[in-house]
Amino acid sequence: MKEVKTMKEEWKIFFQLFWIFFKIGPVTFGGGYAMIPLIEKEVVEKRKWLKSDEVTDVFALSQTLPGTVAINSATFIGKRIGGIKGSIAAMLGISLPTFFIVLTLGILYFFIQDNPKVEAAFLSIRASVVAIIAYAAIKTAKTAIIDKSTLGIMIASIPLLFFIHPIFVILLGALTGIIFSLIKRKLGYKIELDKENNDYKNNPDYFMGAGI
Amino acid sequence: MVLWELFKTFFVIGFVSFGGGYAMIPIIETEVSQYGWMTTQQFTDVIAIAGMSPGPIATNSAILVGYSTAGITGAIISTLGVLLPSIILILIIATFLKKIQNYPIFQSMFYGLRPIVASLIIYAALSFALSNNLITINFSWHTVSLLFIFGLSLVCLLKFQWHPIYVIILSGLVGVVLYS
Repeated sequence: MKEVKTMKEEWKIFFQLFWIFFKIGPVTFGGGYAMIPLIEKEVVEKRKWLKSDEVTDVFALSQTLPGTVAINSATFIGKRIGGIKGSIAAMLGISLPTFFIVLTLGILYFFIQDNPKVEAAFLSIRASVVAIIAYAAIKTAKTAIIDKSTLGIMIASIPLLFFIHPIFVILLGALTGIIFSLIKRKLGYKIELDKENNDYKNNPDYFMGAGI
Repeated sequence: MVLWELFKTFFVIGFVSFGGGYAMIPIIETEVSQYGWMTTQQFTDVIAIAGMSPGPIATNSAILVGYSTAGITGAIISTLGVLLPSIILILIIATFLKKIQNYPIFQSMFYGLRPIVASLIIYAALSFALSNNLITINFSWHTVSLLFIFGLSLVCLLKFQWHPIYVIILSGLVGVVLYS
């Protein structure tokens, strides 16, 4: 009897988690850091599943993993609350609404892309997309470049990207980071590895909806 | 076969997608043009749609590339591919490590990774500018008008802190007036 009840409870948490993140996904327009206050309200204040600083920790950790902050932190919170099942529920919840919205927009685009008016609109939109990416680049560089070495790594890797697969450049960057830190420590420099970035509103992803 | 290629591609991308969104554009673009799934210009449109929708750029473009290559099944497969690494890594880390960000080796790694994320985004901007005739030797009024739209969009984002969706919508209207 007892086991049946816990099973029932597990599924209850599964659907609760799914629903919480299902609601948050589209509202915050891309999740990212704009999600934090909403998650705190649902998970910390209303249901008391986690403490506020635990949520902050989850976000700090989610930034360091590959993938997007929104999906990572949802999955993480799901795991903390409801185990593996919970993590799947939260991930599905945060992903499904946007999946359908994007798919609908995509289908619409492929239907009307040959319309001359749409073609004209996209000529201009493409130039704006370049501006949006340039804007993201400026914002990201501002937080990533903390000294001469990081500036050097950034400048050196741009031409590399024209010749080497970006995945190798990423791996090379991680390796360079480890080697530089070792050398600097050996030479007795103190390096500020951790540039605390708690000012979420200044982070490009607050508006961009993606995660660094 | 195409479905397997889509899954494989986005699964690998999922594992290295540090800096989640815009930094992933060069990787997706490289793979997409290697397989011949899309031209860079079409891929720019995908990014525009991805930017207009809620949700992270990396996942959104996986959905769109998947859909245009292999229909709705392609969209589902690509999305699963890009999401799976996150869930695998999180389950591992949640079980074994508590605060990965406090380990010195990870901090050192990110010391090198952050500037790479920035350069990936700069590269994405450059490559899109090239393939969409913003940087070109054939100077014409068309190029000038595109550069003007680029500059104006950047000002709206940087100075007036507009959300990208408004920039895209307004730019589309400007395009209809100017080019049709």
